[in-house]
Amino acid sequence: MVIYGVALLAGCMLAGLIIGDVLGQLLGIDANLGGVGIAMLLLIFVTGYLKDRGKLPETTESGINFWNAMYIPIVVAMAASQNVAAAFSGGMVAILAGVLAVVLGLALVPVLTGKKVDDASPLESATTTPSGH
Amino acid sequence: MNDSIVSLVDKYHLIAAFAVVGLTMYVAYWLSRHLTAGRLHGSAIAIIIGLALAYVGGVSTGGSKGLSDVTLFSGLGLMGGGMLRDLAIIATAYGVRFQEIKKAGLRGVIALFLGVLVSFVAGAAVAIGFGYTDPVDITTIAAGAVTYIVGPVTGATLGASSEVIALSIAAGLVKSILTMIATPLTARLIGLDNPRSAMIFGGLIGTTSGVAAGLAATDARLVPYGAMTATFYTGLGILLAPTVLFLAVRAIF
Repeated sequence: MVIYGVALLAGCMLAGLIIGDVLGQLLGIDANLGGVGIAMLLLIFVTGYLKDRGKLPETTESGINFWNAMYIPIVVAMAASQNVAAAFSGGMVAILAGVLAVVLGLALVPVLTGKKVDDASPLESATTTPSGH
Repeated sequence: MNDSIVSLVDKYHLIAAFAVVGLTMYVAYWLSRHLTAGRLHGSAIAIIIGLALAYVGGVSTGGSKGLSDVTLFSGLGLMGGGMLRDLAIIATAYGVRFQEIKKAGLRGVIALFLGVLVSFVAGAAVAIGFGYTDPVDITTIAAGAVTYIVGPVTGATLGASSEVIALSIAAGLVKSILTMIATPLTARLIGLDNPRSAMIFGGLIGTTSGVAAGLAATDARLVPYGAMTATFYTGLGILLAPTVLFLAVRAIF
């Protein structure tokens, strides 16, 4: 059933967020440390385990794939609810600080990625294709 | 008649948001195909339209949630809010090969620390350039350049003034919005076309909404890799900015 997939996704999210919360508390910060990333890893492992045992029927998968496919529309809705007006009214200090952080961050991507090697080859035909194209 | 339609749309706000976003996507993909011959990705155009609408919404209502402050479009706030966004981000991890993540793991962690540090230094340099000399002010603005959440959290911890905290939020918003727009435009230049560079990108830039939208506009298949590292960024920033980084700023000033 489709709901199994959605529930699996929700379960991974809640478990990840709880772990992230505990991590944050252990470090004494009032924030969730990587809860979403942990949830992603959980989903990868749990679905991999179920798939290997043939316990992930197509209908269950479609419950996860629906939310995967809704990713870009959700991001568009997110963009439409950003506080863009405040970003521009912050003045030159805010604009320059933000711009400089992005420029330096982008410029460092190729530095850290290093030379093109086999394992950093472009995704030509990935097995997974979150839709939205 | 008009009133009843408005109140109906308001009552079914999430459904209205689905329709509005669907229409926006349609227009964006049409523009992508016919005006840019597919060179600028449809989702990049949709995100830019979303940001433009958010600006109009914010200016016309004076609210802080862009277009979703307009009654008719309030569902956008729920649809694009943290809860559904994180659920969809996690869903993108479905089918990802763990080997790819493991291979870039160490570089991803280095990127995270370097990303927080570089953004902080960039913000601090700009603050100093504009004549700020108080370590609390410098640290708060610098933390804002990390993300718009790290800024106010740091400012509140250190007891910064509300003006400086507002500035730090604005700096973080500029970073997030610019990332959404600049990522698809610079992706080729910085080699952002594989899982490894996506993980490094996520760690270096970090601001979740910016990374999420920037990668969506570049290549949706890269989203899980970038999101994976970016999700640790704000927490790391909150850990470092008010503590180690503040002490470093105070030692210099």
